[in-house]
Amino acid sequence: MAIEERDSVTGRETTGHEWNGIKELDTPIPRGVLMFLIVTHIWAIAWWFFVPAWPLGTTYTKGLLGVDQKTTVEAQIVAAREERAAITRRLESEPYDTILADEQLMTVVRGAGRQLFGDNCAACHGTDGRGRAGYPDLTDDDWLWGGGPELIEQTMRVGINSRHSDSRIAMMPAFGRDGMLEREQVRNVATYVYSLSNPDYSTEQNVATIEAGREVFAANCASCHGDNAAGNRDMGAPNLTDDRWVYGGDLQTIINSVHGGREGHMPTWDERLTTTDMRTLALYVHDLGRRQP
Amino acid sequence: MIAKLTSSERQTAVVIVLLVAIAGIAMAAAGRNAPLGVHGLVVILFAGALLYSLLSAFYAPEPTEEREESYYDDPIKVGIVLAMAWALFGMFMGVWIAAQLAWPNLVFDAAWSTFGRLRPTHTTGVIFGFGGNALIATSFHVVQRTSRARLAGQISPWFVLFGFNLFCVLAVSGYLIGITQSKEYAEPEWYADLWLVVVWVTYFLLYIRTLARRKEPHIYVANWYFMAFILVVAILHIVNNLALPISWGSAKSYTIWPGVQDAMVQWWYGHNAVAFFLTAGFLGMLYYYLPVRAGRPIFSYRLSILSFWGITFFYMWAGSHHLHYTALPQWVQTLGMTFSVMLLVPSWASAGNALLTLNGAWHKVRDDATLRFMMAAAVFYGISTFEGSFLAIRPVNALSHYTDWTVGHVHAGALGWVALISFGSIYTLVPSLWKRERMYSPALIEWHFWLAIAGTLVYVFAMWNSGILQGLMWRTYTEEGSLAYSFLDTLVAMYPYYIARTLGGFLFFAGTAIGCYNIWMTIRLVPATVVSEADLPATRAAPAGE
Repeated sequence: MAIEERDSVTGRETTGHEWNGIKELDTPIPRGVLMFLIVTHIWAIAWWFFVPAWPLGTTYTKGLLGVDQKTTVEAQIVAAREERAAITRRLESEPYDTILADEQLMTVVRGAGRQLFGDNCAACHGTDGRGRAGYPDLTDDDWLWGGGPELIEQTMRVGINSRHSDSRIAMMPAFGRDGMLEREQVRNVATYVYSLSNPDYSTEQNVATIEAGREVFAANCASCHGDNAAGNRDMGAPNLTDDRWVYGGDLQTIINSVHGGREGHMPTWDERLTTTDMRTLALYVHDLGRRQP
Repeated sequence: MIAKLTSSERQTAVVIVLLVAIAGIAMAAAGRNAPLGVHGLVVILFAGALLYSLLSAFYAPEPTEEREESYYDDPIKVGIVLAMAWALFGMFMGVWIAAQLAWPNLVFDAAWSTFGRLRPTHTTGVIFGFGGNALIATSFHVVQRTSRARLAGQISPWFVLFGFNLFCVLAVSGYLIGITQSKEYAEPEWYADLWLVVVWVTYFLLYIRTLARRKEPHIYVANWYFMAFILVVAILHIVNNLALPISWGSAKSYTIWPGVQDAMVQWWYGHNAVAFFLTAGFLGMLYYYLPVRAGRPIFSYRLSILSFWGITFFYMWAGSHHLHYTALPQWVQTLGMTFSVMLLVPSWASAGNALLTLNGAWHKVRDDATLRFMMAAAVFYGISTFEGSFLAIRPVNALSHYTDWTVGHVHAGALGWVALISFGSIYTLVPSLWKRERMYSPALIEWHFWLAIAGTLVYVFAMWNSGILQGLMWRTYTEEGSLAYSFLDTLVAMYPYYIARTLGGFLFFAGTAIGCYNIWMTIRLVPATVVSEADLPATRAAPAGE
């Protein structure tokens, strides 16, 4: 049955088996393969002696090194905490003014804050903090709810229109959609607001519209945005006289805002960030505005 | 197809299809408007299509020839066509989701088109749809030729093939409507899993009964691998999918495995799906089609034995290396790591055995893109098994885990090894199966080869770069001891690599499309050739080797 033959290319004998034309050579396993096989096995068996490896009923072999991943990582966490303890304590307890005055501590804030901001805030406000339509620019040092680390921390802690019981609450009614203002009035008041930051727009032909809008504004908007439209930080009402806009400052966007209303949303970060992280972020965001006025 | 069945076999087939249809009606009734009901409808449609083709040829003349005197090739032909169709679908989905990662807006305004639902359609489409059909088809071919016996059943090969494809259709359509067990590579829910058990046990019995009918004294290596593939996949599938449905009218089930045991069972399954589905089965292909195409004997029978038993024994232990530095006890991680390293040499022995088999045939590798597909597959197999053992070492894994490096590693194996060996085998198989002189266009095979190689290299290099960069960014600290990069920073750094990955995937997909065209034209236009005496079972051909 089995008829060995010699392969002319390699000079090896076949095993004598054949399947549909396929034959096999009887080549011995190359010595290098066996050596390599032994080396990998020695390496593996050595590991079994040094680290936890084999189960023994309810326990397992602990290994000569006595290492365990849980104790290892716990020790690393303790060590890392200790290393940072001095700085963490200062960030947690010292007044903001003291920290702001300490350039060394602020270097830490700018390093850690950048990463914290990237993982928690950047999805809305952008990695550079410049925001986009609907999400305020945090680098312009112009604040809806007040600047300074204390107020920024407060905003982060309770959020805006969030689920937090002390949430900051702000809502601009949909004057047009809900029928509080006529179509004409919406247009007039938007024109007036637009003219506040665009003085060139107060031309002869626009002046009548603007004046009509001023009256609408006094009756409907001033209660939040103030008689001079400079905003009110207690209510999160933006200053309408500057050229910084949350939703956009072109005439059509202002018409849209007056017509449909606005209700921004910022989640509460209370209990999601540690005190150190919260204070670091408050300082970081404050510093963003301070550095890039 | 149906003309080859006797009248009573046709009746049996109709009964089976009717039983499937009744199961579908029961699912539709129990599930109503819930996802299970939708799947009931899918089953009814699938069974209806089969019933229609059965009944339309029900009264055709019965076969007159002695069927045992020829190999049973019809299911293999259908399997090859299905494999290529799934390849097109699965790879297109892969390109789409790769593009979504680079440009997230590439979705429709509907849940089904989101990344989370499309991703498993890609993995199931390529692994089970393309890979599974290619394995079933080639295993049917190899077992008959190396046993010199016809398949041990007239209906069961069709049952295995269509039953498996019904499972794939249920899987993929389920993901789109939100049905999933949330277990990677084991997403289909309990009823689809139960069905696959029936199909797979039939497959196993068919295979072992065919081997029992062999006219050769020895069982060829390729069959060892196919048997290991079928047997172990059955065990893995059953154990990992032990689950209780929340009701008979719901698609939703909960696994019986709690907590970290669930994680361990899942990755024991997941890794051995790589081992026995994506490795053992395809090594079966390699061991048959490569020596046939090269016209060379296998380099070393002893090396075959070493690598077969090394792979089957060591792979079983390696799954826990997917759970390094997790809640899994460290001793389990150590075992996973060490067995992964001990696995390296047996794996390389297979790749080496394949490449050394080509000694004396390297001029053919140069001239014949089909053989070159298989040569390149062996090289990528060697690369990715080395990489796998390396990534399984805990400190290395600390860097690579959860990064794109893992994705790159998987695709070095899936594109470079699994897909290339399949294409090489299919190009070898198609002309002989359809009794054609040759493939329609050797030039198109060259095009396919180089597109596939370019696509794989672009993909893998992009993911190596992206993964290592990502891993390093995650662990970089500033001098002051805080993390240097936020997660968003890493995404910005990934962006160019995600575009490159999409390009690589597209090149690979384009090659597959060319392959489909070439196969189609071969079947349609290439002149037929006569059946050689060597390609007949031993009942008719002269006894071999006597």
